[in-house]
Amino acid sequence: MEKTEKRAERYRTGLIDGLPIALGYLSVSFTFGITAVGMGISPLVAILISMTNLTSAGQLAGVGVISAGGGFAEMALSQLVINIRYSLMSLSLSQKLSERYTMPHRLISAFGITDEIFAVASGKEGEIEPRYMYGLITLPYIFWAGGTALGALLGEILPENIKSALGIAIYTMFVAIIIPPAKKSRGVLAVVLGAAALSCVLKYVPIFSGISSGISVIICAVAAAALGALLFPRKESAQ
Amino acid sequence: MTETLYLCLSIVIMAMVTYLIRMLPLAAVRGKIKSRFVLDFLYYIPYAVLSAMTFPAIFYSTSSFISACVGLLIALVLAFFERGLMTVALASCAGVMVAELIMSFI
Repeated sequence: MEKTEKRAERYRTGLIDGLPIALGYLSVSFTFGITAVGMGISPLVAILISMTNLTSAGQLAGVGVISAGGGFAEMALSQLVINIRYSLMSLSLSQKLSERYTMPHRLISAFGITDEIFAVASGKEGEIEPRYMYGLITLPYIFWAGGTALGALLGEILPENIKSALGIAIYTMFVAIIIPPAKKSRGVLAVVLGAAALSCVLKYVPIFSGISSGISVIICAVAAAALGALLFPRKESAQ
Repeated sequence: MTETLYLCLSIVIMAMVTYLIRMLPLAAVRGKIKSRFVLDFLYYIPYAVLSAMTFPAIFYSTSSFISACVGLLIALVLAFFERGLMTVALASCAGVMVAELIMSFI
């Protein structure tokens, strides 16, 4: 009896910690819904993608591949490169899990590892319990799927001028994510500028016109991140 | 291949790849990554991805290049002063709307 109460308590703590993440996800997933529908993806497909993926950049690249009628290998490769960072987060979290974290719990929790959920979980003191993790994931997941549904459905009925204005939102959110760290770290700044420059080269130089958007993101990200790691090694990672 | 089948397979592939990336290290790996290059590479990847996805796509995200530039400029300034995601996004949308409204009168 007492044990059940303790579990419920942990779940509630997770729910509360997850609320700010959920509110942030509402706006990002809303713009994802609008952007996806704008690219010719049906609302149902956009919602299904959000319910099964739970990742902004990967999903945007994915709908880009789908709307261009891209192949499955391109889809798999683009998701691999864009989402590979989660493997580092999972790796890092694996060192913090409590002994109650059995394999089934690991298999379920893995689904909910995002940048923000990782940040909160890894910043929490002590070991991580399965019930806490489930609580933490619950609201962000619901708001992510719900926000996508709202954006995708509203995206079809909103007037043209509002849709045009909202179309930029997901990209300016990305700008808001990359600029603050780029101010503080020359390495991040170099990676951001390098990736943007290369991406423009691949888009505008005629000999690269055969390269699809999904492949382009892969090439730019791998090249810029590799150059960053070579030219701007970070002190913190040496430990 | 029908369109429905293509969509279903695409979604399944997206979901499977994304899940495996998150699941495998959590389920299988116990040791720590030693390579400094790999750690730094993984650290820089999110920024590189977001930047490559934003540029030059952002210039085509509204109905005109000029309004997109206005939105981007607002976002760059507000992001530089470390405003939150919501503030940056809403302000840039408002900037795009105003810019397009002004352009419709010119």
